Formats: sequence, C-alpha cells, structure tokens
Amino acid sequence: MPPHPGSPSRTGLGSPGLARLLPPLPVFALQPLLGHIVASVAGRHPELFARMGEACHKHFLIDPTDLPVVLLLKPDPHRPELRAHNRGNTVGHDVRISGSFVTLLRMIDAKTDSDALFFNRELSVTGDVEAIVALRNALDDMDSTLADDVAATFGPFSRPVRAIFDFAERRP
Amino acid sequence: MQPFLTLGPVLLNWPAEHWRDFYFQVADEMPVETVFIGEVVCSKRAPLFDRHFEEVVSRLKAAGKRVVFSTLAEVTSKIDRRLVKRVAASDELYIEANDASALWHLGGRPHAVGPYLNVYNEESLEFLCANGARSVCLPPELPANAIAAMANTAAGLGCELEVQVYGRIPLALSARCYHARAHNKTKDSCLFVCDQDPDGMVLCTQEGRPFLTINGVQTQSYSCLNLVGQLQELIAAGISRFRISPQSIGTGSTAECFQAVLQKKMSAEEATAKLAETEFEAPFSNGFYHQKPGHRWCS
Amino acid sequence: MTGLQKPELVCPAGTPAGLRTAVDAGADAVYCGLKGPTNARNFPGLNFTVAEMAEGVAYAHDKGAKVLAAINSFPTAGRTDIWKAAIDDAVSIGVDAVIAADIGAGAYLARTHPAQRFHLSVQAGASSVEAINYYCRSFGIKRVVLPRILTVAEIAELHSEIECEIEAFIFGNIGMMAEGRCLLTSYVTGQSTNMDGVCSPASHVHYAEDADQNLTTRLGEFAIDCVSCGQTTGYPTICKGRYDTAPKKGYYAFEEPVSLNLTKLLPDLMRAGVTALKIEGRQRSRAYVRAVVSAFRQAVDAYHAGADPDISDLLALTEGGKETQGAFGSKTWR
Repeated sequence: MPPHPGSPSRTGLGSPGLARLLPPLPVFALQPLLGHIVASVAGRHPELFARMGEACHKHFLIDPTDLPVVLLLKPDPHRPELRAHNRGNTVGHDVRISGSFVTLLRMIDAKTDSDALFFNRELSVTGDVEAIVALRNALDDMDSTLADDVAATFGPFSRPVRAIFDFAERRP
Repeated sequence: MQPFLTLGPVLLNWPAEHWRDFYFQVADEMPVETVFIGEVVCSKRAPLFDRHFEEVVSRLKAAGKRVVFSTLAEVTSKIDRRLVKRVAASDELYIEANDASALWHLGGRPHAVGPYLNVYNEESLEFLCANGARSVCLPPELPANAIAAMANTAAGLGCELEVQVYGRIPLALSARCYHARAHNKTKDSCLFVCDQDPDGMVLCTQEGRPFLTINGVQTQSYSCLNLVGQLQELIAAGISRFRISPQSIGTGSTAECFQAVLQKKMSAEEATAKLAETEFEAPFSNGFYHQKPGHRWCS
Repeated sequence: MTGLQKPELVCPAGTPAGLRTAVDAGADAVYCGLKGPTNARNFPGLNFTVAEMAEGVAYAHDKGAKVLAAINSFPTAGRTDIWKAAIDDAVSIGVDAVIAADIGAGAYLARTHPAQRFHLSVQAGASSVEAINYYCRSFGIKRVVLPRILTVAEIAELHSEIECEIEAFIFGNIGMMAEGRCLLTSYVTGQSTNMDGVCSPASHVHYAEDADQNLTTRLGEFAIDCVSCGQTTGYPTICKGRYDTAPKKGYYAFEEPVSLNLTKLLPDLMRAGVTALKIEGRQRSRAYVRAVVSAFRQAVDAYHAGADPDISDLLALTEGGKETQGAFGSKTWR
C-alpha cells in the first residue's frame, strides 16, 4: 500500500483565502527571492537529493489554488530552480500538486499528514505520482521543516516570516 | 525425468454430483498422472463432498492415477484447523501442504508442497526438502529466470518441481468471503451462495472490463493462464510436472491438448489455437512467466 | 488493568527523521527497513541505508528504545544475496530483532546468526497455533506478528497454546488479503508485493478527473475506483476499490477505505496476553507518527494505570476518515 497523496488538481482561483491578505505582486519581483530560497535549502540539505533519487530530474508544479501564481520546482542537485508563473500560463511539468496555500504550507511545515490531506481530498496530484511520493518522503526526512528553512532564508526577518507562517497555519 | 500432467484440486464450489462426475471423467478419460483432491479454499465446503470422497478416490486409484490430498490454504478457525489435522495428520494419505500448519502436522513425513505455501527461493526449497518435501508446486508469479534457478537447485535435492500451466490463477486469499459480501451476507451466514457460480463470479471494473474472479475467500485472475507455448522451455529448465487447474467446462480437452504437446504430437501453435476453441471462455495470459503484469498475453 | 505487564508499543519509521520522531513520541520499539526490495514498504524516497539504520539504532538505544529491522519480503531465486546481505547488515549494526517472513530467510538467519532475535513477520500469514509453532520449532522465533484476521477472543486462546510472544496491530491501514499471499499488484503491474516489496506502486497509479470532479483511479490498465466530487478516498489499492459483479454494482467488493483503530479494545488485547502493540504506517509522514505514537503512548499508560484515556482525535488520520475494528471485534466482519 503506497504512501501517495494523489488526485487531480483543481485549477483556477478557488476560495479567496490567503489571496485576499496579499497585495498583488508581479511575478518577476518574486524571482530573486525564490531563487535565494531554493539555493539556500539545497545548500543546507544535500541529503534530500540522494533520498529523492530519480525524482530529482522531474519538474514539479506547485499550485496553491487560492493564489494568482503557480511555482515550478526543478530539484536538480546541480542547478535547483524554483520559478513563479502567472496562473493561466502554460507551464510544462511532470507532476502537479495542488491545494490551498495554507494546506500546502502545513504540509511543508510537517504539521499535518499529507496522506490524510489526500484522503480528505484537500490535496490533489496529477501526473507522475511516483515523483511526488519521492519528494514528499525526502522532505519528511528533514529534521527542520521546509517552512523553517524558507523562513531562515529571510535572515534578519526570519522570525517575522515564521510568525506569519504560524498565523496562516492556525487559520481554519 | 519423464514430464507429466497433474490436475490441481477443484477450487470452486460445484454441486456434489457434478464434482463426483467430474472426477469419474478424470479417472476414465483424462491424461493426467497425478490428481490433487480436497478442499483448499473454504473449510465450510469440505463436508459437501464427503459422501462421494471415498468412491472418487478409489475410482481414481483404480484408473492408475496417483492421488494426493491437498490441505486448506488459509487456516484460522477451529473448523479450519480440524480439517487440516484430519487430512495432514493421517499416516495413510499422501499430502500436498498448502500452509505451515500442515507442515506442523506432517512432522517431516514425505509430502508435496502446494502453490499456496510461499517457496520463492533456493534456501526455502532446501529447508523444505530436508524436512520431507518431495515435490513443490511453484508460486504462479515466479518468472522464467527464477523458475530456472529453482530447477537447478531442485535437481541436486532430488525434488521435483511443478508449475501451473493452465487455468485461472489463484491471486489472493482473505479471511472475508467476497461471495457472501456481494450477496449482503457474512462468511458465517453465507448459505453457500458461491455454488451459483461454477467458474467463479466475474468482477469487472466500473468501466465494464472483466478483471478478477471471486471464489469465496479466494480471488483468482479473470484471464486463463496458458503456458502451452512455454512447455518445452520449462522441460529444458528441468520442470517435470505441469498442473492444469480445473474449470467446469473444457478441462478434459485442455488436458488432451497439453498431453499431445508433451508427447510432441502437436505443436504449441496448434495447441494454442485448439485451446482457444474450448468452451471455457476467458482470455489467455502468460505475463508472470515473462516478468510482465500477470494478466498480459505475450505471444 | 494494573498488575499486567505493560505491552511494548511498536512504531513505524520510514525515514531516519521518522525514527527519531517515533522514539521521542514514546515508542518502546521502532521498526524500519533497508532501501530496496527486502522489505514490504519499498517506496520511493523511503527507508534506510545501512549507515542510517546504524545511526537510528544508536539514537534509539540511547533513549532506551529498540530497533526492529523488517526484512520481510520473499527473496527471489537467483538474487537471494540481496536479502542475505540485508540480514547480515542488520545483525552487524546491532538491531534488537529481525522481522522476517520467508522460510529460506528464516533458515539463513537461524543458521548464520543463531543468537539474533527473530520475529515472524505478519507477511508469513501464520494465523493458527500449528503454523506459529511450526516457525517456533523450525527457527526459534521469539515473537509472531499476527495477521489482522483474528478476533480478540481467538488471540487470547492462541496465547495459551503457542511458544512465543504475540505482537498485534492496533492502528493503521488494513489490507484485506492474507498477508504474503496477495499477487494482485503483481497481476496488474508486474511488480510484486512478495518479491519487490511494493503494493500498488506509485509509478503505476494514475488519476483522472472529469468536468464534474469525479475522480477515476487507475492502477496499470485497470480502473480500480471512481469517486464522485466531495467524497473522501483511500489508498489506490486494488482491495480498496469499487467494482461491479452480477449481484451488485459499483461497490467495495473487498473492503472500504477504512483504517484499523483498536483503541477501545486495548484493555482486552492487554488482557489477552499480547506482548507488543503495533502501529502500521512506515509510508506515512512524521506528522502522522508523532500524532499516533503520542496518542497511543498516553492510552497504553493510562489503561495500565487503570485510567480511561481520551482517544478521540485519531480519526482525522484514518483512511477515508473512517475507522474499523476489523476482524478483532467480531466474526461478522468476515
């Protein structure tokens, strides 16, 4: 019996949720930040790539259904990439994982079990299910959480960012 | 060793007279050397055939068949345990053991090992042979290269290996009866609804594709295993016994086809065409042998 | 309840971090497997290298917990050296027990490492007194992990007649087919549960949703379920799918997507003489391990002290949000 969340994604802007809290942001403005995050996490956790195995070479589309952007993750150990794209643009990918921003945040913060999110259909997956299972299991092996690491990349602002995550995760 | 055909135990719940007549036909007509007999799937069914058992066994023996008594494959309840003890603890019967509890009762006496006891490797084979196993029917999912490796080891142990070559493939066993479940009953209150389906109850996907076959607590393939095209390869690898699993129709003509191929009186191609004409309708499969999904047919 | 021996809580770990989480949450023992086909949870991104398992053993022992190595798939003819190496490695790094199912693996373990504690895996499907005693006599097993098909009353009876300890599942996924005897995945995907340690390999799972958000789950070529919008779902396994037969259409022919939860039967299991209580879920996340292990730690301690624990919050972690006592509660489940 497999450890996979999986079910197709719902595209489009679902519940307004967190989107309302955020000012509209041009995608290009996000890019330096995203590049910094992925380089920092990759530098801190080289063991992630060994655990992911072949899935390192897949393209993951992360789709927070209540935000105007989607993220494309390429976890290549030599050149990891995380790029934002406007929702609605066609973005080539092997696997897509979608859920509300808060659902995805809770998942990368190891606060909740992704299989349970899948059983309740809060999380969905289309495409290469094996790749997302490998990514999920690799992330789950980190002693810190991905959300902690993302917060840490903000340097002096890491604590306020962490506080924003905590606030968001507490939202029903 | 001269290769020969064996007839696996009847796995389905047939009317007792139908069951008796089938074995009479086996005795009178079927070119099989060994006949496995006994209830393997459900201990509740065993008493249904009791009254014909002796008659059937003596007729088979009179016809020169070797008769082997197969034990229940899944043993949990008191009834199950009593059934296994009755068969396996007897000094007079030659047994095919289908679970570890039968091995316990056998206590090292010579016996056959059935396909429900997991024998996937050389060490298992060695251990079982050191404790009385004289022949082993291999698990149906073993691919050709593993079968060959097993045959290599078996030769040194003086153990004969058997491979199922025809019939629906036993895929799973459960404590729960799925025939009863389909009829809103439980195993204890089943009223023997499995007797409505002499070749099992076909289970289809919701898209309408036939997929599996329900036989009480057992799940079988929908497809019909057919290794007639691999017989010569199997013989070359050192397999000497070839098992046909009975279906309610066409088993006799199937055995004749396989026997003709074993005796090189018929080509595998001819046999495949003839087997496709038998009344038993299910697509052929041989995927397991080729290390592919078991339902596939590789021609 | 006091006066009875407190059962050991045996918890799953799919990764080194999962192992540390389980130990910290109160596990008495953690079970885990090496990467590759030697254990029954051979999933991408999961399991331990030998070095990782050695570190896990050190971590657990430091905190007074045990590590049990699951080497419980069936070695395939022609490549048994993979399983032998796994057994040798597990023994050499000092695991507290090896959990194995195969007769050949058992013979190898008993012959090569006679001092190593050996637990009979649930994959051996030993569900009767005679079968269990066969393994005790043949290989000197110290404990049997019971198949999930016995009632508590049957377990109690078994306890008085067998020569080893009992470990029983109390929570988690409940496969419908007899363990170690299910070729359904192999039949559909060509990858074998017994030989490769995979059930419904993710590489063969595909999801498709129509415009009305009806979700079709496919394993290989076969549609194993179709869930309408708003319905919960479970693992994409053949035995949790919905099918048609002549008497019934679109029904869970084998089992619904439910999880085993025996919280309420814990006192009965403890009275039945069960030595160890096992939580399923090496494929689950740390969040699951932390929640389930902590809850059961509290529950076992409370029952042992004669108190009534609050055990209400495990439901969210169950498959399909539904739970069952499976076979343990009553024979009508069969």
